[in-house]
Parts: sequence; structure tokens; C-alpha cells
Amino acid sequence: MPRLNVNPTRMELRRLKGRVKTAVRGHKLLKDKSDEMIRQFMLLIHENKRFREETEKELAVALNSFLFARSVASSAVIEEALLMPSVKVELDIGVKNIMSVSVPDIKVKENSDKDLLPYSFAFVTGELDNAVIKLNGLLIKLIKLAEIEKTCNMLAEEIEKNKRRVNALEYVMIPQLEETIKYIISKLDENERGNLTRLMKVKDIIAEKNLQN
Amino acid sequence: MNKSVEIAVVGDKDSVLAFKAVGMEVFSVNDEYEAANQIRKLAEDGAKIIYITEQFAVLMTDIIDAYKTKAYPIIIPIPYSRGSNGFGMKNIKKDVEKAIGADILFDK
Repeated sequence: MPRLNVNPTRMELRRLKGRVKTAVRGHKLLKDKSDEMIRQFMLLIHENKRFREETEKELAVALNSFLFARSVASSAVIEEALLMPSVKVELDIGVKNIMSVSVPDIKVKENSDKDLLPYSFAFVTGELDNAVIKLNGLLIKLIKLAEIEKTCNMLAEEIEKNKRRVNALEYVMIPQLEETIKYIISKLDENERGNLTRLMKVKDIIAEKNLQN
Repeated sequence: MNKSVEIAVVGDKDSVLAFKAVGMEVFSVNDEYEAANQIRKLAEDGAKIIYITEQFAVLMTDIIDAYKTKAYPIIIPIPYSRGSNGFGMKNIKKDVEKAIGADILFDK
């Protein structure tokens, strides 16, 4: 690991020691954060997978029955029937904080008091009723899926970013700082020794001079 | 500003019309370019959840990725009228690999 380009002085040494301390502490904190995020992620991703499997299966069924309804009635009739939906999905949209990642938090305001099927039964077939009822049952699940999937998405991204930071600290920053500290200490020691021998030499010369006089 | 769309569904006409019955805003498009434009427009207008049918989602991952870092809008691929092509599942798999480093959900 190449050392930093600094002057080997006592002041620099002190500064670097402080930096190493901060880096080590930051590394530990980030590692803990990563552990906790992965734990949260594992909990959510299993749920996410289950939700998606279920939703995909049920949605396929619902869309199929809708297709069936379309094949029975003319498309103009169906489009007219669905033109003005009677139910309106209302969402309570917020932001939740998981390990300082802002993830979506959605609550569905249910308004089930209204009539579910928005059309008159005179012109459309029962297949359409079926499809709409199935889809309505799926609605909550679809929204929940959106929330969980986005959360997993963002957590995955953050975990990856965090991993990079941890690695950068562990394998680049901290070794570099330690290497530099070692270099400064050895340089200072070397200077110290050089100074000492010089003093001894001077002392010898002075003693010799005194002896001659 | 008029009241913004909260939940939108973008996809081919056959697949998305059904969602209209349950109170979602529906935008039918014919190809992935139209879908991409529609999503951009919806995102600008502050849509919160955008469902996009998978056959288009596969072709526009770059646009979906662009909205990945923010909490909203949430862009979610859903199967279309001819079933699923596994794009949504693949995304989950990718997330796991990104976070853990190995695929631990789907290995068999």
C-alpha cells in the first residue's frame, strides 16, 4: 500500500493518528449498518418473492377472465361500461425510514361502501363482473407489492453502496494511514538517532580538545 | 396544478383496460417508445405508483432504472394479458445478488 505524501513531522503524525481512529470507528459503524440492512433486506425479500408469485398468478387469472369477457361482449360495450369507474383508489402516501434509507410507505384508504361494479348489468355479461371482482381483490396486494418491491430495490442499492464504503475503508484508507504513520515514526526515530550520535561525536571532540589543553 | 394521478397503469390496451374498473388511471400504449414517454410524463406529474406491463418493461430497463434511487414514483412491472415473461422475478433475483452477492432465493 503506497503511503500518503506528507511531511514526516510530529504534527502530521498526530493528525494521522486521529484520522486512523476516526476511520476505524467509521468502519465498524458502517459494518454494523450493513449487517442490519442485510437482515432487514432478507426479511423483506422473502416477502417480496412470495407476494410477486401470488400476485402474478392471480393477476394472470384475472386478466384471463377479462379477456374472456372481452371476447364475449363487443369491445365498444366493455369500454363504455368501464369508462366511468365508481371506485377510486385513495392512497395515504408517506415515507418510512429504514436504516436512514427513505423508503415508500403506502396505506390504502378503503372506500368499500360504494358499488363495486360501475356499469349497468343490462349490456355486459357475467364474465366481466368476475374479472372486475377478482381484480378488485387484487388491488391491495398490488399496492403492497409495489411498496415492498421498491423498498427491497432501494435497500439493495444502499447495501451495495455501503459495502463499497466499508471495503474502501478496510482495504485502502486504513492500511494507507497505518503505513504512513509507520513511515513517520521510523523517520522521526531515525532523526533522533542521528541527533544522538551527532551529540556524542561533538562531546568526544570537546573532550579531546580539553585533554590537549 | 390539477389533481395528480396516484396510481397509473401503462401497457397494451388488452391488458390495461381491466384496471380501469378498479379505479386506476389507465394509459394504453402501442410500443415501448410510447410507454417510455408516458412514464416520463407521469413521473413529472407526480404519479406515485406506475404499473407497466412486462413486455414493455423488458425493453426499457434504462428508464426504469433512472427512477430507482428515489422513493417515488414506484415503477412496477406486472404480467400482461398473455401471462408473465419472468421480468419481475428477474428483478428480485438481481436485487438479491446485488445485496448479498449470491443468489440465495432461487438456487435449486
